[in-house]
Amino acid sequence: MEGMIIPNSKDQHATILLMGLRRGGKSSICKVVFHNMQPLDTLYLESTSKPTTEQFSSLINLSVMELPGQLNYFEPNYDSERLFSNIGALVYVIDSQDEYLNALTNLSMIIEFAVKVNPKIQIEVLIHKVDGLSEDYKIDAQRDIMQRCGDELLDLGLEGVQVSFYLTSIFDHSIYEAFSRIVQKLIPELPSLENMLDNLVSHSSIDKVFLFDINSKIYVATDSGPVDIQTYEVCAEFIDISIDLDDLYIENEENNNNNNNNNNINNNSNNNNLLNNAQNITSKSKELKSISHLSNGSVLYLKQMIRGLALVALIRNENQISTSNNTNINETFNEILLKRSNNDEIEKSLTIIDYNVDLFKDSLMKIWKTSKLIK
Amino acid sequence: MSYSRKKLLLMGRSGSGKSSMRSIIFSNYSAFDTRRLGATIDVELSHLRFLGNMTLNLWDCGGQDVFMENYFTNQKDHIFKMVQVLIHVFDVESKSINKDIEIFVKSLTNLQKYSPGAKIFVLLHKMDLVQLDKRLELFTIMMDKLQKISNPYNFNLVGFPTSIWDESLYKAWSQIVCSLIPNIDVFNKNLLKFNEILDAEEIILFEKTTFLVISSTASIKQQHVQSQEELDPKRFEKISNIIKTYKQSVSKLRANFYNLIIKGSNKNFYLDVLTENMFIMVVLKSQQQQNEELLILDNIKNARKWFEKIENEN
Repeated sequence: MEGMIIPNSKDQHATILLMGLRRGGKSSICKVVFHNMQPLDTLYLESTSKPTTEQFSSLINLSVMELPGQLNYFEPNYDSERLFSNIGALVYVIDSQDEYLNALTNLSMIIEFAVKVNPKIQIEVLIHKVDGLSEDYKIDAQRDIMQRCGDELLDLGLEGVQVSFYLTSIFDHSIYEAFSRIVQKLIPELPSLENMLDNLVSHSSIDKVFLFDINSKIYVATDSGPVDIQTYEVCAEFIDISIDLDDLYIENEENNNNNNNNNNINNNSNNNNLLNNAQNITSKSKELKSISHLSNGSVLYLKQMIRGLALVALIRNENQISTSNNTNINETFNEILLKRSNNDEIEKSLTIIDYNVDLFKDSLMKIWKTSKLIK
Repeated sequence: MSYSRKKLLLMGRSGSGKSSMRSIIFSNYSAFDTRRLGATIDVELSHLRFLGNMTLNLWDCGGQDVFMENYFTNQKDHIFKMVQVLIHVFDVESKSINKDIEIFVKSLTNLQKYSPGAKIFVLLHKMDLVQLDKRLELFTIMMDKLQKISNPYNFNLVGFPTSIWDESLYKAWSQIVCSLIPNIDVFNKNLLKFNEILDAEEIILFEKTTFLVISSTASIKQQHVQSQEELDPKRFEKISNIIKTYKQSVSKLRANFYNLIIKGSNKNFYLDVLTENMFIMVVLKSQQQQNEELLILDNIKNARKWFEKIENEN
């Protein structure tokens, strides 16, 4: 196979392998999640003809490999064995708007092979393009696919294999949510990260906290509280808003750099650029930090961490929870000012949060150092 | 306090994008949401309070030929009387330019008769559909032609290339609305004075609901010194756009925002409520100054009364 990079076991990339029948939406997912492409623009993507690999570095080094749907993996001259033995997660994309029986047969064949080669592999199935389905039909499709997939695996004698299913669409945040969960399974330090975030939450009156990868808006970790999709969206968009505003006032040369990056999004060379950029952000300039007070008493809080990560938290002001339910968006100006002057409490807790977040960042650096040493 | 009413006519052929731009600027729609809008039937009136004591009466005139015919015959004194501003929207991709121009001429004729003092803005809309390198050329040609047409009617056109998919729409509307504020000079003067105290890189005033730029220190300075512009010249519109996105984003939490403080990589940003109708944004070079945040926020608080007074002076 020419031009095909199979990661070897020595380099420490957690690899995600993206598979599925042709026109299932694999390339679109890649572009939207990792290259910030507008979902509507993916209409113009050409069909992928060669396997492609892309690398990203956040807390872990992640590479995403995309195999074109029309490729026959079981051809003798194709080194599928080596391929499967090195990947952490197999993500199979099923087009829910299409006839999916073929996809399921294909999937179970792949699972059978992959598990034989690499028993530790994580198997993730994206039931994709659900934006076109009605609420009821979505659930039905998911149940049907899970059922059939289970049956197929049972027939092959693979009942012990864990398969996770996600309903996804590139037009909302469900695809980010799914990828967040998938990536999290590949991070060995996840339990400690979650523990640290839980600690942070319980000591600083935070309602919800996410550790985001800035480029892709995937969250690498969150506290153990339930994830509310709306909170996630607001937090993810808060990153964009902070960065967009900041970018406007960065001196010209860097702006040009950014533009160039946006232009040659396609090729691999860009990954290096992105990588450099991420490092630029962390090394050269001051860390980004932003705070915004909301009318319901909550505060949005963002602080840049190491390696292209950012911590975003939603802080609830306990004093105002009781009143927040009946606050009217059109409250009078004087009320707003009055409320704000009563905000000493939250200012105090912000100072505490600042301190705690700094501690968190220090620990994050320590984790990063040791994890590098092990490797 | 006296209220002043301004009548704005929004004209243009059917499907040129009048209602879309109105929804984006005044009703916090995203560009994507405008797909849901149907055709405007007859005239849709909206009253918008702007800067406390000014009311904008926006007449969104449905552009289908049946209605148009009516405007120029039966309803002409109703429509064209007491107009302060005519905003005429042209679809750059239009197939029937002659028809577009015919309507424009009819509007001009009526306007000259009923409100000769009106200001006229021409928006060449849907510019995103034109190739990037051809936009400027097309814009100049079309504006030349339209100006020639309106010369006999003694109107001076101000034109903007616009698109709902980028920030150009905000630029156009900012200027349209600013042209209606009578004491804009007082705002500018006081903003400069405020900047003498803050010594900021830049201060920008925004209207609260629309987030249109009312005044900014950089734009004032530019009139005096032709300083070399190194920052993005479109930054104000981009800020309007970003803040609007943010406003939409936090509405998912059923909330609005009071302020936004960003300690950026080499600049600090302070966005805060200034008066009942305005937001202020202060951009500072970031220095390691301990109490900068308190200082700025306190200064904004103190400037509040000052600007409130100016606002009510009209």
